[in-house]
Amino acid sequence: MEKENLELYQKLREIVGQYLPEDISVNDIKVNSNFTQELNINSANLVDIVLDVEDAFDIMLENEDMDGMQTVEDALTIIAQKIDQNPS
Amino acid sequence: MKNRVVVTGLGICAPNGIGLQAFSNSLVNGSSGITWQEELSKLNFSCQVAGKPKIENTNLNYYFTNVQLKGLRSSGLVFGVVAGMDAFRDAGMVPSGSTPDWETGIIFGTGILGVDKFRESIYKVDEGAVRRLGSTAVAQTMASGISAYLGGMLGAGNQVTTNSSACTTGTEAILMGYERIASGKAECMLVGSCSDSGPYVWGGFDAMRILPRNYNERPEKASQPMSATASGFVPGSGAGALVLESFERARKRGASIYCEIIGGAVNSGGQRKKGSMTAANNVGVQRCITTALEDAAITAAQVDAVNGHLTATTKDPVEIENWAQALDSFGKQFPYINSFKGHFGHCLAASGSMECVGVVLQFHHNQLFGTLNCETIHPEILRYVHPSKVLQKTIPFVPRVIAKASFGFGDVNACVIFKAYS
Repeated sequence: MEKENLELYQKLREIVGQYLPEDISVNDIKVNSNFTQELNINSANLVDIVLDVEDAFDIMLENEDMDGMQTVEDALTIIAQKIDQNPS
Repeated sequence: MKNRVVVTGLGICAPNGIGLQAFSNSLVNGSSGITWQEELSKLNFSCQVAGKPKIENTNLNYYFTNVQLKGLRSSGLVFGVVAGMDAFRDAGMVPSGSTPDWETGIIFGTGILGVDKFRESIYKVDEGAVRRLGSTAVAQTMASGISAYLGGMLGAGNQVTTNSSACTTGTEAILMGYERIASGKAECMLVGSCSDSGPYVWGGFDAMRILPRNYNERPEKASQPMSATASGFVPGSGAGALVLESFERARKRGASIYCEIIGGAVNSGGQRKKGSMTAANNVGVQRCITTALEDAAITAAQVDAVNGHLTATTKDPVEIENWAQALDSFGKQFPYINSFKGHFGHCLAASGSMECVGVVLQFHHNQLFGTLNCETIHPEILRYVHPSKVLQKTIPFVPRVIAKASFGFGDVNACVIFKAYS
């Protein structure tokens, strides 16, 4: 993974880590982890993850973006796209 | 044939103490939980004193997961979960595993829940930022949020609901849980109530000019139930919780039993005669008390002590007259009477359950707790009750039967009868 992407991945892991159920640890988060199926994150909390991601990366995610965010990898792709679109 | 119902667990989150030990100490020794509130002062409240549990000293990780703690702004919900979970643990029970406990239910009332969270949401909605409310704006502000949070924590599989009847809420919740077990529909009910802290809950009462205005420099003296100088109720907040169980189940699992509930009644004065949205129809109050005695199959003479609603307004003597008429007991025949609102104020929807926790502790300690700030008994009260019956100080006493009542806006009444377990 490129350095830039690695930073993004680490930041995302920190955010996602806050919403993990008690029996899953941050170390269980892999690039291909599915948020609800594998990490057992409550689907309602995906909303909170999106808000935290918006704050952390200074981007805005549309409802459609959220629908496409099944895995950590999906999220990374969408965040990278949004950062590229954001000239600041 | 009604099933016997016993109390096997208690939990309390009160301005004068969080946890049974601190709360008991305050009630026994007469220390106040009322404090000056800087926030109310800044907002130009006439009454700047209130009762607020010192929750900042409590480790909330003992009660909530980290995910639940994120964005948690509902004070009533926090108080309710602390009291509810403590009561459950006090009863020596553990949350159910993967299968719900179909025999255990929850009736946990509130007046309004999550006001601070709702305020945060209102600001965001008005800014056009509804998409940024987060996932718990509903769960933290729905009235039944408190029973829903507790339900998930315990895995309760019987009825899980929230009742609301103003200041009778807590006492009503206890009776609803009692009836559910007595009728055989549940084996165990976690019952109680909670009330939020803060200016948005208390402001409406300040606006009605029914709170004391002259005690901002002496907060611990502000709440004076049954006193000649009572000048209004001190607003409070917190939560109380009781675990009720069928006697059979409690006996089978070897639970320690605090006392028994043998009956009670709820009714309304219909806002007729002297009754209104804010005042009680005395006929309704007396009828509630006499019906409770009938339901419990006891006579008025068997009532050793009464814990009144007694909010520390100028209406306390009217309540005393209602008790005297309903029990048909006057002077030295009148049972002992006390109020805990001198210690922690009027905790509104939470008051009934918090005060019932205090009542049950009187059985546990073999004491009747004194009423704080009642140095000079209101002369109107002495027309009905001998001064020796108005508990100004804690006394050693082995109670057999204690009656507790709460009355609320909307002219609603609730009275529950506790009996020593033998």
